[in-house]
Amino acid sequence: MIIDVFAVLTFCAGYNTSVVLAGVIALGIGGGVIGVFPFLRKRALISDAISHATLPGIALAFLAGIALGGTGRNLGFLMAGAALTGAIGIIAVQWIRDHTRLPEDTAIGTVLSVFFGLGIVLLSHIQTLESAGQAGLNSFLLGSTAALTGGEAQLIAIASAVAITFALAFMKEFGAIAFDEGFAAAQGWRVARVDLFMLVLLLAIVAIGLKAVGLILIIALVIIPPAAARFWTDRLGRMIALSGAFGGLAGWIGGGVSALFPAMPAGAVIVLAAAAIFTFSLLFAPSRGVVPWSFRRIRMRLAAAETRALLTMAGGYQPPDPLARRIARWRGFTGPDGRLTAAGAAAVADAHRQQRLWQAYRQQHPDAALPFNPLSGFRIEDVLSADIVAALESDSV
Amino acid sequence: MNPPRLIPFEAPPNANAHGALAPLSVRGLTVAYDEKPALWDVDFEISQQDLVAVIGPNGAGKSTMIKAVLGLTPTLAGNIRAFGKPVKHARKRIAYVPQRTSVDWDFPASAEDVVAMGLYGKIGWCRPVRRRHRGSAREHLDRVGMADFASRQIGQLSGGQQQRVFLARALAQEADIYLMDEPFAGVDAATERAIVDVMRDVRSNGATVVCVHHDLQTVGDYFDSAVILNIRRIAAGPVTDVFTEENLQAAYGGRLAKTEIRAIADSA
Amino acid sequence: MNATDFLSIDLPAILVAILAATSCGLLGNFLVLRRQALIGDAISHVALPGIVAGFLVSGTIATLPLMLGAMVAAIIAAGLIETIRRVGRLEAGAAMGVVFTAMFAVGIVLLEQTGASNAHIDAEHALYGNLESTLWLVLSAWSDLLTVEAYIEMPRQLATLIVVTCAIAVLIAVFFKELKVTTFDPGLAASLGLPVRTISTALIVVVAIAAVAAFEAVGSILVIAMFICPAATARMLTDNLGRQLWLSAGVAAIAGVGGYFAAAFGPQLWGSANALSAAGMITVVAGVMQGFAMLMAPRYGVVTRAMGNRKRRLDLAS
Repeated sequence: MIIDVFAVLTFCAGYNTSVVLAGVIALGIGGGVIGVFPFLRKRALISDAISHATLPGIALAFLAGIALGGTGRNLGFLMAGAALTGAIGIIAVQWIRDHTRLPEDTAIGTVLSVFFGLGIVLLSHIQTLESAGQAGLNSFLLGSTAALTGGEAQLIAIASAVAITFALAFMKEFGAIAFDEGFAAAQGWRVARVDLFMLVLLLAIVAIGLKAVGLILIIALVIIPPAAARFWTDRLGRMIALSGAFGGLAGWIGGGVSALFPAMPAGAVIVLAAAAIFTFSLLFAPSRGVVPWSFRRIRMRLAAAETRALLTMAGGYQPPDPLARRIARWRGFTGPDGRLTAAGAAAVADAHRQQRLWQAYRQQHPDAALPFNPLSGFRIEDVLSADIVAALESDSV
Repeated sequence: MNPPRLIPFEAPPNANAHGALAPLSVRGLTVAYDEKPALWDVDFEISQQDLVAVIGPNGAGKSTMIKAVLGLTPTLAGNIRAFGKPVKHARKRIAYVPQRTSVDWDFPASAEDVVAMGLYGKIGWCRPVRRRHRGSAREHLDRVGMADFASRQIGQLSGGQQQRVFLARALAQEADIYLMDEPFAGVDAATERAIVDVMRDVRSNGATVVCVHHDLQTVGDYFDSAVILNIRRIAAGPVTDVFTEENLQAAYGGRLAKTEIRAIADSA
Repeated sequence: MNATDFLSIDLPAILVAILAATSCGLLGNFLVLRRQALIGDAISHVALPGIVAGFLVSGTIATLPLMLGAMVAAIIAAGLIETIRRVGRLEAGAAMGVVFTAMFAVGIVLLEQTGASNAHIDAEHALYGNLESTLWLVLSAWSDLLTVEAYIEMPRQLATLIVVTCAIAVLIAVFFKELKVTTFDPGLAASLGLPVRTISTALIVVVAIAAVAAFEAVGSILVIAMFICPAATARMLTDNLGRQLWLSAGVAAIAGVGGYFAAAFGPQLWGSANALSAAGMITVVAGVMQGFAMLMAPRYGVVTRAMGNRKRRLDLAS
């Protein structure tokens, strides 16, 4: 068993398995990299509209294929159809957003449901056709990774690589409009055109992923990895690298698991792997993760309460709120009788002195004092040189 | 030497010399969104029938302070009381004028509808807005000179007119404290005049106005008192007392030229 | 078409379509105004894992446990989206995208792993719904509609939708004022002492109920469309919230009837006896109506405005 796992994950489990694995990894990386831009542009769900808008295209391409005398199941042909209506969907979303009073999310919802409804009408028509090999079309809804052929996997890998290359080449432009559309426009960039190009790349990833993971789960591949990467970094370059890596990792795990276990649909497992990465990032990423953030928050709350306690005690009052009272007690500043202890008196004097010195420093050098925020708990001696502190001391007495 | 016994904190300073409870008292208010504090240990007290400007540079936490007072943003620490009670129990006595940019002006509502929203607290749950409520909404619109625009969709009003609709809505709440978040931002001269008149009007009826304000030049003309903020409270009190070079320097630092600060301090 | 066929096959389907469309359409007004239009989309997708889980827990394909499962899944999804949005400080759209795709994937894995797919639960059914097989068999003549038995033997989906639609209409009427102010200005609403968060949670729960009640009959795609298109259409036509609600209900009902007829009888126009997907067609009709409103609405239509501008320019010139 372990050997199987190893074999699959290291591409040594036969041609077919390796091809599928390579395909989904390429797709994962592509989705992760491209997805960063719509995510940062706060338009992540536009991929939802795009992917649903491909359905009528697939159906139309199938009908056209039959009309031309074929079986209608040529993958390239179907993808072209998907890309065509997907592009119309993008244009429709942009048009509704820019020319009517309806906001973007309504535009996305309109396009995704109406296009998909149209696709369903067409599919219901196809179902009644005698020549219907339509079973193949249904696989676009949920994907059929295992049925990926070598050629198709190659197509995915190449298309992914091309899309990634373009995305990296235009990283600066995409990043700039995501950060500040107005500024980018003032620089003389055609924001609408840059946006459209970004969406075309997104459409490319969606179209090539349809066969492998299906039109609902492909959305996940362009949303979840960037969302996970966001928790780790604030820098665009790093975020793209991480997002691509997360997507690739999800593809690798998902593809591997589905090859090893029966009845494990690859598309769904890839998405679940991505979701696991997301959950881990949400919880534990150092800069924006929930757990480290909560710890910092608790620490700040305690620091605020402690300072507050010390300063009110300096005025001769009991700490104002229960938390501050408890901290004062717990730190040994007050005794069981509610009186200030010797240690408490010292701490109060020290807090008072710190406050006085910082106040003096802020008064004299307001701008230099700005970066030292009170929650960071710096002692003034640790930050400023001894002679400045001494000068402040003499000024503030 | 035995250290002194600490006095319980409950007793003090909410009541003034006459025993009246301050409309608003804020102690030790600390708010932090992330690691940077938006407000740090802010104390001040506002007395009745006062027109108070809250001033400070961008990012000084002025709006945050208003939101924290209303309980719209979580606080790390602090004790906020209105008329001696937690704000939660004094809601009916507080009216709020949010920043104009905080809502969607394309919303399907007329000026009158928006003003009537100020009455929702009085109307109560599940009861419809009746004709007399609409009448009252119209009266309040009239007070700000907007009676002719009552049935106009709010998106078709100018910025100043929108601000006046917000003001009328606050008036409809018939509160004792009015908290206004930058009502003067981007409005025309007529609206500015109207806002000042309304503020003086409510003051003469015994109410208190706390107003986030940006224009240092007009603070002395429009307001009685000021709270100067820059994360911390720099100063609070009558405008003439707090508008000193020292305080303004502490709040604005390098953001205002020394000469400017001196001119403002002198004018106040 | 004879009366019996119409009454037992078409009438119940039309009624179900109208009610499903109206209940979702009414709620959609608030979703569209709150920039939450896509929550319907998210909720409809997570119904799949809910249904599969309902099947696994109850062991039957009886409707009630499956619908309960969908309900629970919808509420869990709404909670997760809100949590991720708040604690992860992610944009609402991204939070939605993460949650609904991940839960949909869970549904598919469950489906495949447990063999539930053999038990007539399939993802496609959930997408397309089952409008055409809603039958009111006791009706054979119009006069039967006046009998009590007819209503006792009413198709269950229809009965459910009648209850849900009425409940939604009543809730909106009763809480109109609160929904309006929390939608327009949550800051003011909170300062008035209204429980803003509770109201928006309640709205999402009602949306989930409406989605699940409708979705069994008409499929998730129609549910998504009805949360958006009628409200968006009405939004183009009026600046009064009350009027917008009425208009959206009207648009939803017209789409339901029109779409059903187009799907059932449209193909006969080109001599095909096979009906098309009614749910899909209703969606398309709703989309066409919205498109028309976006272009031609009296005040806000794109064409109307362009013509108004042109006229103004000509007036100026002359």
